Amino acid sequence: MSVLLKNIIRFALFILIQVFVLMKVPPLHRFITPYLYFLFILWLPFNLPRFWLTFTGFIFGLTLDYFTNTPGLHAAACTLIAYVRPFVVNLLISQEGTDKNYTSPSVTSMGWAPYATYVFVLTLLHHTYLVFLEWMSFGTLWYFLGKVVATTGVSLLLIFVTELLFYRNEKFRTNTA
Amino acid sequence: MRNVFLFIRRYFNFLFFLVMQIVALSFLFRYNKFHEAAFLGVATEVTGRFHERYNNVEYYFQLKKTNDSLAKDNVRMHQLLRQNFEAPDSGKKLIIDTLRQDSMKSIQKYYFLDAKVVGSTTSLQSNFITIHRGSAQQVRPNMGVVSSQGIVGTVVNVSPNYATVMSLLHRLYKVVVKLKNNNDRGTLEWDGLSPLYVTLKDIPKSVKVSRGDTVLTSQTSSLFPADFMVGTVSEVVDDKSSNFYTLKVKPATNFFNLEYVYVIENTQFEEQKRLEDSTRKKFQ
Repeated sequence: MSVLLKNIIRFALFILIQVFVLMKVPPLHRFITPYLYFLFILWLPFNLPRFWLTFTGFIFGLTLDYFTNTPGLHAAACTLIAYVRPFVVNLLISQEGTDKNYTSPSVTSMGWAPYATYVFVLTLLHHTYLVFLEWMSFGTLWYFLGKVVATTGVSLLLIFVTELLFYRNEKFRTNTA
Repeated sequence: MRNVFLFIRRYFNFLFFLVMQIVALSFLFRYNKFHEAAFLGVATEVTGRFHERYNNVEYYFQLKKTNDSLAKDNVRMHQLLRQNFEAPDSGKKLIIDTLRQDSMKSIQKYYFLDAKVVGSTTSLQSNFITIHRGSAQQVRPNMGVVSSQGIVGTVVNVSPNYATVMSLLHRLYKVVVKLKNNNDRGTLEWDGLSPLYVTLKDIPKSVKVSRGDTVLTSQTSSLFPADFMVGTVSEVVDDKSSNFYTLKVKPATNFFNLEYVYVIENTQFEEQKRLEDSTRKKFQ
């Protein structure tokens, strides 16, 4: 399956799962909103140009926004993490050429610790910005901090479960092949 | 000039990122203020289709509860039927008025339109409900929405076949309601804490309020007919620093299993709004 087709299917699946499964979960606490959809951006291939990465992030976020009736909220957060992603990846790649030898960020391509850091940093950034935008119209400082921490925790748990359930086997590619 | 182009080429990604951020934020702030955004009409139609597909499946799991509530609603309606009432024999003579308009009949001010709920959220801070009725069925923004149990919200956006309803569980939603016992009016809001409770403010402390008091719609809201069920008071918070109570109200509507709602058309809404707006302008 080509990388493009795979990502188009992922796009649709992540949106549908977020809207029709995670958003339907009965509210546990006001701090907790289970977010998983942005994992799509973390899984995008290494070789995607930065322009397209930012643009994909925007479109992806906006699609979710139209489902939840909050135009611009998730789009802003997704654009931010899509733009920041290449910086984080460059910092965390352990040896030269990982981004050439593997297609996309994963445990196999980056290693456990760097991949976990990569996920943690971008998740925290996404939620901080998202809750900050929400917080501008209402809420106190404790609401802001509590929601960022709780939502990040839930998201990391969901991502961990997803990585275990859908193990992505990345093939090592060389120039010769 | 060359330097300008070089600058743009060098920082193209960053500039593009900034442009996308500005677009997203302008969407957001415009929507928060006016509830409109680019492509929203088309998007409502498309997402409405998806919500409807999902609802086709989910609907079966709720059939029992839906049936119960519809049956109860039917009973209530039957109680109101004119055939059930008999005029007392008072021997009064009926005098026919010569007015052109039949003054014996009252004019129907509110029309009800049934609608199926195809999408809803309760877990966010800004919750909306999508219903399968739209501008093709005469649904317009600023129409009240009620369920068989109590009020639900207000229509904010319509596409040809779907409409989105801002529910009571939205941080920006406000509606004027009254206490049944003494007709004191206050504003109903949601503090975003729990989807099981909303807050009623501006009830002066001189009023006697106790747990379990009924909250009804007030005729001043103009979206809902008067004396429609809203909920019951579940806690009276006595804030020492204020002259007003903050009441915790349990809404009569169960937002978790809404299946059918009624959209209310106030035939005189436009007229009232125009008058109020022009008055406000006059004294600004």
